[in-house]
Amino acid sequence: MAERRTWNPLRSEQEAFQFLIAAMGYFGAIALAAGFGGLWAGIAVFAVLTVAGVAWFLNKNRHLDPPAPVDSKETPADVHHVLVVANETVAGRKLHDAVRAAADGKPSRVLVVSPALNSPLRHFVSDEDKAREAAQGRLNHSLHALADAGIDARGEVGDADPLQAIEDSLRTFGADEIIISTHPEGRSNWLEKGVVSGAQQRFKVPITHVVVDLDAEAAEAPAAR
Amino acid sequence: MEAHAAAAHDHHGPPPANVSSRIDARVLGMLLFIGSEIMLFGSFFTAYFFVRVVNHEPWPPHGQHLPVFVAGINTAILVTSSFTMHWALTSIKRGNRAGMQAGLALTFFMGLTFLLTQIAEYARIGFSPNDNAFATIFFSLTGLHGMHVFVGLTLLLFATIRAFRGHYTPDHHHGVEIPGIYWHFVDVMWIVVYTTVYII
Repeated sequence: MAERRTWNPLRSEQEAFQFLIAAMGYFGAIALAAGFGGLWAGIAVFAVLTVAGVAWFLNKNRHLDPPAPVDSKETPADVHHVLVVANETVAGRKLHDAVRAAADGKPSRVLVVSPALNSPLRHFVSDEDKAREAAQGRLNHSLHALADAGIDARGEVGDADPLQAIEDSLRTFGADEIIISTHPEGRSNWLEKGVVSGAQQRFKVPITHVVVDLDAEAAEAPAAR
Repeated sequence: MEAHAAAAHDHHGPPPANVSSRIDARVLGMLLFIGSEIMLFGSFFTAYFFVRVVNHEPWPPHGQHLPVFVAGINTAILVTSSFTMHWALTSIKRGNRAGMQAGLALTFFMGLTFLLTQIAEYARIGFSPNDNAFATIFFSLTGLHGMHVFVGLTLLLFATIRAFRGHYTPDHHHGVEIPGIYWHFVDVMWIVVYTTVYII
């Protein structure tokens, strides 16, 4: 896992122990102030320490070291492993062309990962069934389209965070190349969030960015017929 | 293909759960559990502060005294047990099995001492839960914490038995790590209880 550890007192015994020490200092100072200086001294120390603690926590998490780049699980030398990450654009023709180009002329294995995008509220309450169902529907459509194009691919629904979905897949599938498909600039939520640049920083595997304009493809389709 | 079909045929029960590598599932379980515990303690503290604020009377009420000194000694024992817990985990991470065993055994006995002292304190305190709101909330808060110490002791007992039976290695010690997180949480809650109920 990419180590970009925000401080969390419940994640490990070490951090829980540090939190205990901090709690001893915090409540000890409040009790001493209240004992020697009275109620208002206790309240003043409580306020000062609380503000200082919150400021320290926010500052600490802002200046975390960048995470070390994540490598892929080893893949066999004779088979080219392609990891495709796409969501609404997963059925785009341009993406399928890119996958075909990556697989062209060599034995390949293709894994298509469709992140189960969810609203923050639904994500927070773990209500992800509909998001996973929708992602599975898009994935099935894409796998059929790839199969029609002669590309044997399998698919998975991934984590709601596309970077996390990539990292999870690199651990189980491995990849020699990652293809990330997005909407064009200005319409792409992933580009706005810096998913592609984030992936380039976070993963050691070569990354190809494919821009799929579904509207343009839909407009072209009747003309092609 | 046939092997895959046979494996699918042999599989019973629900499909495997979706697993993300963001956090270890066992640590996540303890994290969620402690989150629910914080809410539980929060509701008791809310009741405690409500009783204190609406009463407009001295705290504790006239004629009722809290054994602040004994509870202070008990606090020192419980806090020290967190240090021995940390020593146990640090020891197994360094491959020091004897240190882990000693640390766990000391933590268990100090926790047991805390619990027995608290029970003795209840017997001699001079008021009972049904006397007034102060007494009710005092026994509720300290009793709730005491039950958590009991649960922590149960976890520690199993961890200690396993440690003496040769379990855990420098790479695999979740059975010590997770009770350790819980034990520190129980200690932090006691510091909050002691400060707010006994001192302030």
